[in-house]
Amino acid sequence: MGTGTGIGRVRGLGSAKSGAHHWWMQRVTAAGNLLLVVWFVLSIVRLPSLDYRTVTLWLSSPFVAVPLVLLVINTFYHFRLGLQVVLEDYQKESSKVAGLIAINFFTIGAGALAIFSILKIAFAGAR
Amino acid sequence: MARPRSRPLSPHLTIWRWGPHMLVSILHRATGVGLALGGATLFTWWLAAAAGGPASYARFLDLMTRDQPIGPDGLPLPGTAMLNPLPALILIGLTWAFFQHMANGIRHLVMDLGAAYELKTNKTTSLATIAFSIIATLLLWAWIFTR
Ligand code: HEM
Ligand code: HEM
Repeated sequence: MGTGTGIGRVRGLGSAKSGAHHWWMQRVTAAGNLLLVVWFVLSIVRLPSLDYRTVTLWLSSPFVAVPLVLLVINTFYHFRLGLQVVLEDYQKESSKVAGLIAINFFTIGAGALAIFSILKIAFAGAR
Repeated sequence: MARPRSRPLSPHLTIWRWGPHMLVSILHRATGVGLALGGATLFTWWLAAAAGGPASYARFLDLMTRDQPIGPDGLPLPGTAMLNPLPALILIGLTWAFFQHMANGIRHLVMDLGAAYELKTNKTTSLATIAFSIIATLLLWAWIFTR
């Protein structure tokens, strides 16, 4: 953001028009991760057991299901951006497109599965 | 290219001394990728197993844990399941990776504000992230294994 013409600096866009936004979202989701992942780790280790009943009962509370869905969105977005940076640092142009598609498939596929699973358990209620 | 050999070339890409800041830098990358691929996969697998119902969750738990002492009724005593060695190693590794990435992530955010670039401070904060991640991992797992 610190280089380029005056108007370029004001707009905060790099040559690809999305670098500054990417960088900023990496920081915003980092702050979100700090709250959500710490909450998740502490909650999990404090559950009395990880058997089926305890876990589904825990997940069926809205105050668990909602933050957990937010965690999936935030964390998956964060590592989606991060994996792209790593790929761009090492990959040759020719294989970059395939790599980016693989990252998107993995992030969106796993993210959708995780969110669907949380909601299914939450809506079914504890059994 | 003809170039006088005696002249020092600077800055040089292949001459540098290892320091904690480099270790922490590459660890941030390694732990980020490890958490993204390993952590997110295990997390999603766990949720999907639970969403699949008791039988699918039991299969997941069966892979991760083994039953401990057998009670008088011939069944394992409830609440005594132990993590298998490989899953335990992976989970301990993931918690360490998270703590390391978290501590250095916070250090990154501080440096984004323009602070902590002085050589000494930078070295101290690098070492602090390593100390934190190792101590936090040891404390957490000591607590898990002894409770
Ligand atoms: C407390 C939680 C976290 C904080 C404070 C945090 C912070 C950060 C920051 C500031 C960056 C940018 C580093 C740079 O620009 O060089 C980053 C990169 C990254 N993060 Fe996180 N993060 C957290 C959790 C996570 C989690 C849970 C994952 C994965 C599941 C993850 C995956 C990544 C990846 C893959 C990168 C890219 C690494 C690179 O470019 O070298 N982060 N993180
Ligand atoms: C053991 C030595 C080194 C390690 C472990 C290392 C590691 C890394 C890592 C993980 C990144 C990406 C994360 C980030 O952006 O913060 C990076 C970026 C970079 N490194 Fe290194 N590096 C080393 C030595 C060097 C040397 C000797 C130079 C140049 C003389 C250099 C120049 C750069 C540059 C220009 C970037 C890009 C910075 C940016 O994107 O803002 N690195 N390095």
